[in-house]
Amino acid sequence: MSYKRLLTGNHAAAYAVKDCRTQVVAAYPITPQSPVTERISEFVATGELKARYVCVESEHSAITVCIAASTTGVRTFTASSANGLCLMHEQLHWAAGARLPIVLACVNRGVAAPWTVWTDHQDSMSQRDTGWIQIHVEDNQEIYDAIIQAYRLAERVYIPVMVCYDGYVLSHTAMPVLTETQEQVDAFLPAYEPLITLDPEHPVNIGLVTMPEPRHDHPGIDELGAYMEIRHRLQQDLAAAESDVVEIDEAFGLAFGRSYGGLMKTYKTDDADLVILAMGTVASESRVAADLLRERGRAVGVASLRLFRPFPTQAIRQLASAFDKIMIIDRALSYGYEGPLACDTKAALYGLSDPASLSCFIAGIGGREISAEMIAEAAEGVLTGRAEPPVRPQDVPWINLHPARSTLVELTEAGAARG
Amino acid sequence: MKISDLPKEEYILPGNRLCAGCGAALAYRHALKALGPKTIVVVPAGCITVLHGMYPRTAVTVPVLHTAFETTGAAASGVVAALEAQGRDDIEVVGWSGDGGTADIGVQALSGAAERNTDYLHVCYDNEAYMNTGTQRSGATPCGVQTATTPGPGKAEHKKDMVMIMAAHDIPYIATACASYPLDLHAKFAKARTIHGTKYIHILCPCGPGWGFDPADAIEVGRLAVRTGVFNLFEIEDGRVRFNGASRREPSYEVETYLQAQKRFRSFTDEQIEETRRWAKACRRRLESMPQADAEPERVASPTGAGG
Repeated sequence: MSYKRLLTGNHAAAYAVKDCRTQVVAAYPITPQSPVTERISEFVATGELKARYVCVESEHSAITVCIAASTTGVRTFTASSANGLCLMHEQLHWAAGARLPIVLACVNRGVAAPWTVWTDHQDSMSQRDTGWIQIHVEDNQEIYDAIIQAYRLAERVYIPVMVCYDGYVLSHTAMPVLTETQEQVDAFLPAYEPLITLDPEHPVNIGLVTMPEPRHDHPGIDELGAYMEIRHRLQQDLAAAESDVVEIDEAFGLAFGRSYGGLMKTYKTDDADLVILAMGTVASESRVAADLLRERGRAVGVASLRLFRPFPTQAIRQLASAFDKIMIIDRALSYGYEGPLACDTKAALYGLSDPASLSCFIAGIGGREISAEMIAEAAEGVLTGRAEPPVRPQDVPWINLHPARSTLVELTEAGAARG
Repeated sequence: MKISDLPKEEYILPGNRLCAGCGAALAYRHALKALGPKTIVVVPAGCITVLHGMYPRTAVTVPVLHTAFETTGAAASGVVAALEAQGRDDIEVVGWSGDGGTADIGVQALSGAAERNTDYLHVCYDNEAYMNTGTQRSGATPCGVQTATTPGPGKAEHKKDMVMIMAAHDIPYIATACASYPLDLHAKFAKARTIHGTKYIHILCPCGPGWGFDPADAIEVGRLAVRTGVFNLFEIEDGRVRFNGASRREPSYEVETYLQAQKRFRSFTDEQIEETRRWAKACRRRLESMPQADAEPERVASPTGAGG
């Protein structure tokens, strides 16, 4: 029967990797991810997890070990954060293009420069173009559950899956987590069946150079195509994977009694005048803010986006059609433009007649505090129309930003003037 | 053993896209004959990638995983880990990497894999520059050579000594080979296949377009490198050096004959020729000053039946 443990987010991830019978793990330590891999290496050392644990010498090598091991035909796992995840970037493109069902835990952390060890979403958001499925979770139970779901999803659609959770807020915070028996997890997650493997009995060459145009000297080329068709298949299969995310979460609910709304969780949205749209623990905190606001007579609800890639356009359009006002909180930025969640939401609404008005905010960069009270105050401003909409998307308000000189040059000149 | 004793089975089909007279292609062909079909090759970006063909057809009949330029050691580690997890223990994993993918961009992954004594064979096919991308300088380019990125006076530094770097990792087997000596090469691959842990074979591969000689002269150029002492054929096991074949004799050090056979050295001054000679002697002396192993009486038979 299921066993209730007090686990940090990182250890919840480690238990999930163990219970999924992962066969090759390769990871490089980085704050705040390190305890995931340390706990997994303990499971391997005691024999609780019969896996090969490769102590690689960098994150780039970690994801490469997973790519090669997955191609050879086994279930693999890695984890990283911030600069470590960024170091993997080239190979994240590779894993998705090669259609490998790798599962990666991203323990969200801000990227340098300057150094920060605290959480924001810049690391995982910077990978959103690579073709990985990206899921954001909000508590340690969901970390455990999402990793199990992630393997079933990845191995069904042959696309790698990144499970993202906030550094320190979840990774290092202990919460009760129900872990399941091996038999139950095995029933939900059968053994990995690769489409193709490295096998001298059936030799294949994997990852050859592909041409711009299909090779017309090859019979059956119309089925295969060339580079563009291979990439097009990834795009189509990503779009189709949206329904698999929903179906697997529902199946998980049937098997284990817990599910997470598939693409999005909603909270007190039925009668809401304003819906806050956010991801990860910002969404959890927004629910506390919504309760505060309701005490003050404001009808506010929260939509917590779980699936970020593929971007669930239809669900977002439904949200924007059902409500007058949406407040979007981003914990990352596409520098020079706007928050990714805001940007992708706006794009999803293109063509809708009369969608909700959107008010966008940036918050929590480099671990800056975002309290329920701060979120509530910002929401009040949106509801009362007190806040002036920005002229450009680049100028949206940053919640809890300290007043500061606005440009590097001004700052430097002020410092020079002080002598 | 004679050339006619080598296994007849080919693992590279006729008609691949490498240059006529390519030393690396010749080395690959003979290595695969020695390794046999129970081999998985990991190939980073480089000339040999091109040999393998264009999707969806390939010229090579063993399983091959293509991988990013810098990743040979890590990709091989991943294949090895998966094979171990699957209980498949009779397959040799080979990384077939150029000098760039070994000495420069690939050195981290190689060092990491070797430090873990990963059970794979790392091969450096050394054509002494980034040939696939148009002859840019690598760490393995000899001193004074003009390349696309070292015009004018040429590369300022001597060739990076990958063999000594690998020796410092204390791995069970290290060897050098040359595409111009296929019997020696075959024996070394056959031997490496029997050894567990990290193996390293560094092959000098003459390159007509990159070095500036007629394809028909590829074999002779490689032999000149060995006879004049610019390149030595040897093995290192348990920290002991064993010279092989033509390198058992003292080299002639008539490096002019080697240098003048290639356009890339034709502009060498007398000083540069002397420096080449000095460097070749110094490399040889260093090898001779290391503990020496006994000469090998008999060489190992390859799994495909040919003996040494």
